[in-house]
Amino acid sequence: MIPAAFTYERPTTLDAALTALAASGGSAKVIAGGMSLLPLMKLRLARADALIDIGRLSELKGAKATADGGFEMGALSTYAEVIDSTTLAFARDCLLGIGDVQVRNRGTVGGSIAHCDPASDAPALALALDYSAVLRSSRGERVVPLDEFFEGPFQTAMESDEILVSLRRGPLPAGADGAYRKLKQPASGYSIVGVAAVLAMDGGVVSHARVALTGVGEHPYRANAVEAALLGSDGSAAAVAEAAVHATDGIAVNSDIHADRVYRTQMAKVYTRRAIDAALGRPA
Amino acid sequence: MTDVLDAPTGNPFGKRIKRVEDPRFITGEGNYLDDIKLASMAHMAILRSPYAHANIRSIDTSAAKAAPGVLWVGADIPYNPLPMAWPAGGSAGLQNNINTPRVLATDSVKWTGEGVAAIVAETEAQAFDALDLIVVDWEPLPTVVDAEKATQAGAPQLHENAPNNIVFEWSVGDKAGTDSAIDDAEVVVRQRIVNQRLIPNSMETRGDIGWYNPGTDEYTVWMSSQTPHIQRLLLTAFVTGIPEHKVRCISPDVGGAFGSKIFCYADMALTMFTSKALGGVPVKWVEGRRENYQSTIHGRDHITYLEIAGKRDGEVTGLRVKTLANLGGRLSTIGPGIPTTLYARVLSGCYKIPNVYAEVTGVYTNTTFVDAYRGAGRPEATYVIERAMDLFAAEIGMDRAEVRRRNFIAADKFPYENPSGLGTASGGAKIYIDSGNYEPAMDKALATVGYADLAAKKAEAKGRGKLLGLGLSTYIEVCGVAPSKWIGAVGEGWGAAMWESSNIRVHLTGKVVVTMGTQPQGQGHETTYAQVVAQELGVPMEDIVVQHSDTQGTPFGYGSYGSRTSSVGMTAAIKAAGKVREKARKYAAHMLEASPEDIEVEGANYRVKGSPDKVKTIQEIAFALDLAFDTPEGMEPYLDETSYYDTPNCTWPFGTHIAIVEIDEETGHVELVRYVAVDDVGKKINPMIVDGQLHGGIAQGVGQALWEGAVYSDEGQLLTGSMLDYALPRAAWFPNIELDETVTPSPVNPIGVKGVGEAGAIASTAAVANAVIDALSPLGIRHLDMPYSNQTVWRAIQSAKGGQA
Repeated sequence: MIPAAFTYERPTTLDAALTALAASGGSAKVIAGGMSLLPLMKLRLARADALIDIGRLSELKGAKATADGGFEMGALSTYAEVIDSTTLAFARDCLLGIGDVQVRNRGTVGGSIAHCDPASDAPALALALDYSAVLRSSRGERVVPLDEFFEGPFQTAMESDEILVSLRRGPLPAGADGAYRKLKQPASGYSIVGVAAVLAMDGGVVSHARVALTGVGEHPYRANAVEAALLGSDGSAAAVAEAAVHATDGIAVNSDIHADRVYRTQMAKVYTRRAIDAALGRPA
Repeated sequence: MTDVLDAPTGNPFGKRIKRVEDPRFITGEGNYLDDIKLASMAHMAILRSPYAHANIRSIDTSAAKAAPGVLWVGADIPYNPLPMAWPAGGSAGLQNNINTPRVLATDSVKWTGEGVAAIVAETEAQAFDALDLIVVDWEPLPTVVDAEKATQAGAPQLHENAPNNIVFEWSVGDKAGTDSAIDDAEVVVRQRIVNQRLIPNSMETRGDIGWYNPGTDEYTVWMSSQTPHIQRLLLTAFVTGIPEHKVRCISPDVGGAFGSKIFCYADMALTMFTSKALGGVPVKWVEGRRENYQSTIHGRDHITYLEIAGKRDGEVTGLRVKTLANLGGRLSTIGPGIPTTLYARVLSGCYKIPNVYAEVTGVYTNTTFVDAYRGAGRPEATYVIERAMDLFAAEIGMDRAEVRRRNFIAADKFPYENPSGLGTASGGAKIYIDSGNYEPAMDKALATVGYADLAAKKAEAKGRGKLLGLGLSTYIEVCGVAPSKWIGAVGEGWGAAMWESSNIRVHLTGKVVVTMGTQPQGQGHETTYAQVVAQELGVPMEDIVVQHSDTQGTPFGYGSYGSRTSSVGMTAAIKAAGKVREKARKYAAHMLEASPEDIEVEGANYRVKGSPDKVKTIQEIAFALDLAFDTPEGMEPYLDETSYYDTPNCTWPFGTHIAIVEIDEETGHVELVRYVAVDDVGKKINPMIVDGQLHGGIAQGVGQALWEGAVYSDEGQLLTGSMLDYALPRAAWFPNIELDETVTPSPVNPIGVKGVGEAGAIASTAAVANAVIDALSPLGIRHLDMPYSNQTVWRAIQSAKGGQA
């Protein structure tokens, strides 16, 4: 449980961090809370020649409502900080299901998004809330919607010289509510299936539907077919059940010793239905 | 519940007293193996095989030797292979095809994680970095990880001396009688059941520090071990050839063990060897968690074919069992003893089954070696018989509790000689079930859970979309395995004794030092020994210190495991206290100018009968006798007495555990919603500690039923190689555990205690398994192998609904 040797740098400004990252030519890894990368390094399943610790950069901290009624949180917002400050009860539910107290105190939402573990909860939650990733490099800043950001297991649209500085979303539709439902892998606590659903009704029909799954595919994803089936429907239990069967459409479903493809596929549908029902005020 | 006391007033025996060792454990002031830092200490890392089965063509250590900080690199240690102390014997004779690990594997490896080379460096990080530089030329070989497959024709062969990978074939009981009981029975139920492999998971992994003192030519070995005295014996007489008196073994605070730290491990000898090779540099090795999962013993791993026979009126007439016990790639110290003596001899449990026969085959596979894990054989036996009783009850359509009641050994039949081999035990000692009274414990548990209302509970749960099930486990446990002439007999036990020791000294200031041969790993011995000695000598508990764990300062003892400390070790302490009291009485008579027969002892006071003012306290007696200015003819100075106690029999706790589960039919998720345990562990020294032992044991047993299981790939890679994939029980997954008791004192020892270290783990697995099967029984399911993961249960439900069950 001792990592291979690495160099360690802790810049005091974002610009300095970006410069160091660019200078490393892709060999350095960025570390924030260290809750994902460090265990992998200690097991020698991951190696880094150099670590750039951004954990104390004040530019990446804090959260605020934006002018358009949306929300922006610094990438270094810890799970615990979001749990304490969010007004969205379902977001709190989701984040309380991550790790333990120590992990939630150290682990950052931005770190989880950038790490892109295929079974992490925060990416699914952020997808369902329509967050975008704000990326900075010494070349400038760009904003990537999360449903274009996650590309594969531990693979994102980030370039090797970019740092995720914040997560930003627009306003939620009026009356929107959400739910998070999770089937935990009992050893790790990660999701075998995790489903975030955010919905709004207007005039008796579903007017807004975001359903995102984690643990199921190569990376957290939005279940577009489920969302399409829900939009314009009456949101009844029957309509939800019908929509939920599309939870894994087009997805190469994961299989491991805890849940094979058949079981995981079925649970993706069950938990999708349960999350949507709960978001519509019908807790299972 | 009685209040928990910080310190006792009056007689401490039987009181809930806070553990005196806990303040140091919970404030970070404990002294565990890794807390020990010696001057100039170097650090060792072990290169472990990435293959489960391979020949080693060559090992090139040259690059590692040149790495920064590296002091020593080696791959060939001229010590003997590790010992195997418990060959299976019994009626089928000795057929032990023994292969044990070498300190470092030389020609081949038999499991992923077997050590092949070692590095000592100035720092731990340097040692680990240099491991990457050792080049091994491997020749991978075919693998087999399943005991049943390993014994089949064409299976990869692990050892030349073990055809078909068979370690031993052993049997016990009356074959002819059992065969005819089954042939003639009205009802026979047959079932294949698997008791899956578990990983012990003590909070502290293992570790050692070896230090060779060139000045004295002596070794000191600190080790996280349950058995420092035994390790000194094994390491010297069997492994290294170093004389026993030249080695001192010390177990500092030990952070849990559950059996896994009983045994002799290669790393112990390796730290000794390397410290000498380096001229006396202390060498520390601390096991990582992944390393622990691969290289410290595993437990359980049985495949069993059971047949239970009986009459339609509920009487069980026969039990026939065939078990394949997976013992791993090589044998651990007492691996073969667990599935033989400690398992098959108690297969009939608390029932008066007249015909019992068991065949056990020990098997080599390309997996980590298997040995004693909490309960060691008895959880496996309890699982077999308790599942069998439920299968039988279901077959004849009789209530499960009623079937048990009809087959219990009656309270007036003790001591009871069971038919599964205890009575036929060799070595000149017959072993009996010492005591029991099974019905009241079961009735109490049934009443507590409202067993009569079970149908209504199931209906109510069904209304909520849940399948509710209730499971019973009416278990017995065997504690304090003994006497020596039984467990030491060739073919019966482990070829060594099983007595225990204690020394008590009352110092000049009246303070008492108790040393013992047992070895705590978190059980609270420093508290319970002090309670007992305080009671026996009438001195305050805070005036007593309990010392242990160092072969230099304690009398020889066999250590702590098998729930033996309270029944065997504690009795040794009581005997030693009795000797102290007797000497004190003689000296009091001298001081008070009376005859010893006229001295009556009450607590600390030694008083002349009929003259209440003529009294000396034990502190006054100790002061005078330790000074020895005025000692009667023939009496030696000092109050210092030792007792070695060999108990005449094991003790036999029992009880009834009941689990209630609810299953989400849609996902297969099992929730434990209620757990009631009525245990009879005899008299209790400290009921709070008893409760804690039961809580922990129950949690581990429930863990086996619901979550735990070591899984290997066909290639012998441990897929559950860390806590990310091996699911341990967590507090939040449990309801409040409801404990109750009956008290049937053991007649075996003077204080009527039995032992409680393993009872929870022995009873609870079967209780939960039976509850899950009960919940699934409306679907036609009569058995399902553990652990009951969501997926396993969901698949069983799907299969049953599809008509395939």
